[in-house]
Amino acid sequence: MAEPLAAQGWRERDRALWGWGIAGGAILLTAWSYLATGFSARALLGAEGRGQMAAYVAKLFPPDLSRPVLWDTLVGALETFAISFLGTVLAVGIALPLVFFSSRNLMYSGVLFELERERRPARLARQGGYLAAKAILNILRTVPHIVWALILVFAVGIGPYPGMLALGIHTGGILGRLFGEALEDVDPRPIEALQATGASRFQILLYGIFPQVLPQFVAYTLYRWEVNIREATILGFVGAGGLGQRLHIAISLFLEHKLFTYILAIYCIVTAVDFLSAQLRRRLL
Amino acid sequence: MIASGPSRALAAPSRPDRGLFPYLLGGCLLVTFALSWRAAQVRPLLLFEAEGRHNILKFVLGAFPPALSPDFLQLLVRPLFETIWISVLGTAIAVGIGFPLSFLGTSNIAWSGILHGTDAGAPLRRAVKIVPYAGVRLLLSVLRSIPEFVWAFMFVRAVGLGPVPGILAIGLSYGGMLGKVYSEILEGVNERPIEALQGTGAGRAQIVLYGFLPQVLPQFVSYTLYRWECAIRASAILGFVGAGGLGQQLELGMRMFQFNEVLTVVGILFALVAGVDWLSAALRRRIV
Repeated sequence: MAEPLAAQGWRERDRALWGWGIAGGAILLTAWSYLATGFSARALLGAEGRGQMAAYVAKLFPPDLSRPVLWDTLVGALETFAISFLGTVLAVGIALPLVFFSSRNLMYSGVLFELERERRPARLARQGGYLAAKAILNILRTVPHIVWALILVFAVGIGPYPGMLALGIHTGGILGRLFGEALEDVDPRPIEALQATGASRFQILLYGIFPQVLPQFVAYTLYRWEVNIREATILGFVGAGGLGQRLHIAISLFLEHKLFTYILAIYCIVTAVDFLSAQLRRRLL
Repeated sequence: MIASGPSRALAAPSRPDRGLFPYLLGGCLLVTFALSWRAAQVRPLLLFEAEGRHNILKFVLGAFPPALSPDFLQLLVRPLFETIWISVLGTAIAVGIGFPLSFLGTSNIAWSGILHGTDAGAPLRRAVKIVPYAGVRLLLSVLRSIPEFVWAFMFVRAVGLGPVPGILAIGLSYGGMLGKVYSEILEGVNERPIEALQGTGAGRAQIVLYGFLPQVLPQFVSYTLYRWECAIRASAILGFVGAGGLGQQLELGMRMFQFNEVLTVVGILFALVAGVDWLSAALRRRIV
């Protein structure tokens, strides 16, 4: 508002230039990928490709709705739900304790530590803790959940349990990052006010910081739960139970009708969790 | 919530009365937790028993040092590029699907709001407009609710191995997500420019082009970049079902118990994802 008109114009022009740059870059990248992969829309949408896909879709119909299959699908869906739910709970359990160590403003910088600049050893120890927590979260996040699942299936055997662990470990890393960003963005004014009253650091955390970030923590957790219900179906492919495992078997054995039933179940359960999470978000936030 | 004079303004902002809701929610969560515990066959101690410990140790010891022989690294060059190609083309297809569908699936463009204010009294015409809108919404929800991994698996069956099923899988499932988020952005536009355009007698297409699009474009681009980040991660995993990219090497390493190779691939993946994260964040800062 207070910005002079000329500067505003420059900024607008800058943005437009960046916009064109991104568009150009995207087109070049796409062209390069198109040529390099030998992806051919014509072959895909041509008579042969279309025929192949239509034949496959035709094989899916009708879904197998016999009673044992439906029962098995229900069991699988419950397993998948359980994996996603417990995985998210575990993730919160991993992220919450780590995230307070991986936030710069809680560990060594900002208003909380203004008076402590001179105490080098304490500061270094704090920075060490910060880096360690950051590194752990990075490792948890970087290793894809499916690799965690493979390692854990290898360690504790086949079943939904390793799937839930894998999901929890990987999501713990992701939530740690999201929570950490929320923590580093807190408004410092309530913290300063509490500090002025002589509150201890723990009290400041409890009354000055936690209430500020709690809604964001809840929102991120619900969001990850929505993602996790999808990922939980994937983990079954490496033997980690749930609908994914049944899906994998059905595809491998060419049981297309059964496959269709499982896909319908996945659609239902994913939509249900999306709905549930949206309702919770509306009620809680 | 009826305001009762100025004294009310001084009182602490009262939280909405939630009644029994928190207790109900807590109870539900506890029950869900207990049932899930049973359904997932959780046995926490299993992880720390001799066999589990032994296997994890075997993995960790096998992973170090990572495989860095030139031969192996050379083997990874093409899958690395393939992962990038799959993510780029997949995202491009997703935009191709999501962008047009999002306009059809936006309530204030398709059937409600000021664009259709004069039609309010004609329920039949309204219904005719709602049907395609609902159809598009359903299509988008089907596309995004089936995980890309499952799409990839089916496409491997339908069109064969290689990067193409990976591209299509990302294109379809991300198309559904982009379409949904785009239309949420469209529903949040500022209505005044649209009213102004309507006042000049602009047609509906012109209003969309000059009233809606300029408002939402930066957010569209920003969200698409974010989705591209996710696509890189996803395309790295799709190789597990034979859809090309680094995932295939990852699966091979796991299957052959070559954990040092797994570690190398994970390291490369980390660098790739971090690089793309950085690039996309830097670009997003410029335009929004």
